[in-house]
Amino acid sequence: MTTRTKLTVLIAAVLALAAVATAAVLHASARADRRDRARPGGPAVTTGEVQLRAGGHRLVFRNMAWGPHRDELATTPAGAPSGPRRATATGLKCLRFYAASGTGICLQSVHGTLSDTYRATLLDANLREKAHYPVPGIPSRARVSPSGRYAAWTAFVGGDSYAGTDFSTRAAILDTSTGKLTPTLETYRIVKDGHPYRAADANFWGVTFAADDRHFYATLATHGRTYLVRGDLRTRTVTTLHGNVECPSLSPDGTRIAYKKRVPGLSADAPWRLYVLDLATFHETPLAESRSVDDQAVWSDDGHVTYALPGDYGADLYSVPADGSGAPSRLLTAGVSPAYL
Amino acid sequence: MYVADSRASNSAPVSAEPAVRPPAGRRRAVGSTVFALGTVSLITDVSSEMVTAVLPLYLVAGLGLSPLGFGLLDGVYNGFSALVRLVGGRFADSGGGRHKTVAVIGYGLSALCKPLLLLAGTLPLIGAVLAADRTGKGLRTAPRDALISLSSTPETRGRAFGVHRAMDTAGALLGPLVAFVILRRTVDGYDAVFTVSFCVALLGVVVLLLFVPRTRGPAPDPAPRSPEGLHWRMLVRPTACATLLGLATVSDAFVYLVLQRQLGVPERWFALLPLGTAAAFLLLAAPLGRLSDRVGAWPVFVGGHVALLGVYALLLTHAHSPALPCVVLLLHGTFYAATDGVLMAAASAGIPRDRRGSGLAVVQTGQAAARFGCSLGFGAAWTAWGDRTALSAAAVLLVVCVAAVCALRPTTRPASTKANA
Repeated sequence: MTTRTKLTVLIAAVLALAAVATAAVLHASARADRRDRARPGGPAVTTGEVQLRAGGHRLVFRNMAWGPHRDELATTPAGAPSGPRRATATGLKCLRFYAASGTGICLQSVHGTLSDTYRATLLDANLREKAHYPVPGIPSRARVSPSGRYAAWTAFVGGDSYAGTDFSTRAAILDTSTGKLTPTLETYRIVKDGHPYRAADANFWGVTFAADDRHFYATLATHGRTYLVRGDLRTRTVTTLHGNVECPSLSPDGTRIAYKKRVPGLSADAPWRLYVLDLATFHETPLAESRSVDDQAVWSDDGHVTYALPGDYGADLYSVPADGSGAPSRLLTAGVSPAYL
Repeated sequence: MYVADSRASNSAPVSAEPAVRPPAGRRRAVGSTVFALGTVSLITDVSSEMVTAVLPLYLVAGLGLSPLGFGLLDGVYNGFSALVRLVGGRFADSGGGRHKTVAVIGYGLSALCKPLLLLAGTLPLIGAVLAADRTGKGLRTAPRDALISLSSTPETRGRAFGVHRAMDTAGALLGPLVAFVILRRTVDGYDAVFTVSFCVALLGVVVLLLFVPRTRGPAPDPAPRSPEGLHWRMLVRPTACATLLGLATVSDAFVYLVLQRQLGVPERWFALLPLGTAAAFLLLAAPLGRLSDRVGAWPVFVGGHVALLGVYALLLTHAHSPALPCVVLLLHGTFYAATDGVLMAAASAGIPRDRRGSGLAVVQTGQAAARFGCSLGFGAAWTAWGDRTALSAAAVLLVVCVAAVCALRPTTRPASTKANA
């Protein structure tokens, strides 16, 4: 091939590829116009007032249905979650969300010129912003204590090489009454198997609060293993309780933990199954969901847990009995980060 | 275009292929093949780093998953990639120079993975796509380095690798910028990012196909295929040296973690620390490669590890100067600039041309395995004794290893001294 031919082929390739690339970008940017139209078959969304007060028997979550309210907080009756949903009139968007007793925590991205930054926004019962705090990476888990006094969130930090090597997590806890923020649980003392423990590679994620506003549960990972830890906000200590527990979620009656467990023998790509751990006996019950669940489950009542799985719109919510019986059922399509109020 | 590497290959005189010299009066920095390979790497790194930059966000914000599973999977992928690299090197050498073919397969496989990311909506599928991408990367690395090595003269090899690594790093720095510009301009534009990434990767393959000449086999080379014994004897020293020094090379993640904690770098800057290292690497790769051509590759390679020793020393000080993190990152980048491409240049000198691909793969894999071992050991030491003690231990180990490598004294300038004759 002569140099002239080569250059001709190169220019043709550049033009063709640039055309495809430009079309892809234009297609994605034109989506803003199409956002105003919901996709056929998708859930219907209207605007209205959304409140975070307890007792309404409602489900509040991040709506992922296409249309003008994508990514906004939305609500449906907890008894009929697949019906029409109501999104906030203010268009409040969250990547992750949780709420209890009139306190909400909304993990948001803030668009910068060259990259995104993230923050945790504390919301009152009318979804008005009370304060916000910087989050050092991509937000992942959010929880509020049953009383609404404490909030916690987890972020993924790092991830600078391909396929996400070197991820580490930072779990933060906020006392909403004083505004005191613990940016990372790594500053807590660790008691592992009865002995004080220190590790450079200690990572925490997935905090869940007890009703006493003093204790919480979370995941501790160190040396390639994960543990369920029970934390004490007053003594700033975490104590390991059980192995192979990720993203714990405490039942409303405080007796059981729903969690994702890495099951040996499963594909390394999809290693998790949902289990429930009895805190009195440490007996583990596998739930009837046979798919790999990568989420921190939420208890809808003392007998059922709700969790997200990937779906056509990004993620859908499912429910399964917490005693290992029954079968999973789809609660709603195009939603993630649910909170029962 | 194709420059015969006559003197470094083995004792037999080779002159069948005349070295193509740049026209008189106009010195070119590197050969056109090296420049073409650098361009391919630059383009490909733009493509792959675009995906790297948005993948965690896509998983968490777009799909509702957590990227943590990948962190744990990554060790598996990396080990697999190292094995594939050995296979790629071996296959590229066999039959007398299939380097370009294997490289095209490797680059092509990774390019095809980009649109597949769009179709893969669940963790297992994304895991499979990324594994395929890693396989492509593993396949192409050794043949690519062999091509750089074979298309430069021993006198300019350091510079050739330096220019290549600088271009590679420039692509890695550009990728995330391109990705975020696209995300800014679009609505949930992950599909656009993956599509553009695919187009860019494909362009890399096109440039590779058009502008990188096929290595011809040793047909014009009157020398017989080098005997197996010679091959391994030539490999032992560079591999031993790279492995020894790799044992005292603390992984980047730990360096940034200590940097942040010891020197009090604010948490929000944590993600920017690798950019500092990369910027220094980009600026220094070519000059240090050129230096290695003048004074010998091994002194520069060892010098790079002295820079790393400087990193450890500064991390151990309690000083809190705002300039200190910058100096640490500069030294860390210097370490990479003085070792990454320079090692390939240094090792090339001892490996016969018909074994160049597999030989370089062995050296790289030895070094990677040693660094992995160091990470495990360092993590354990940190847990047992704390970060300062662990870092002190790493520093002492590095001093010992540098001394050992100086004692081993691998042949530094075979081209001019005929030391490998």
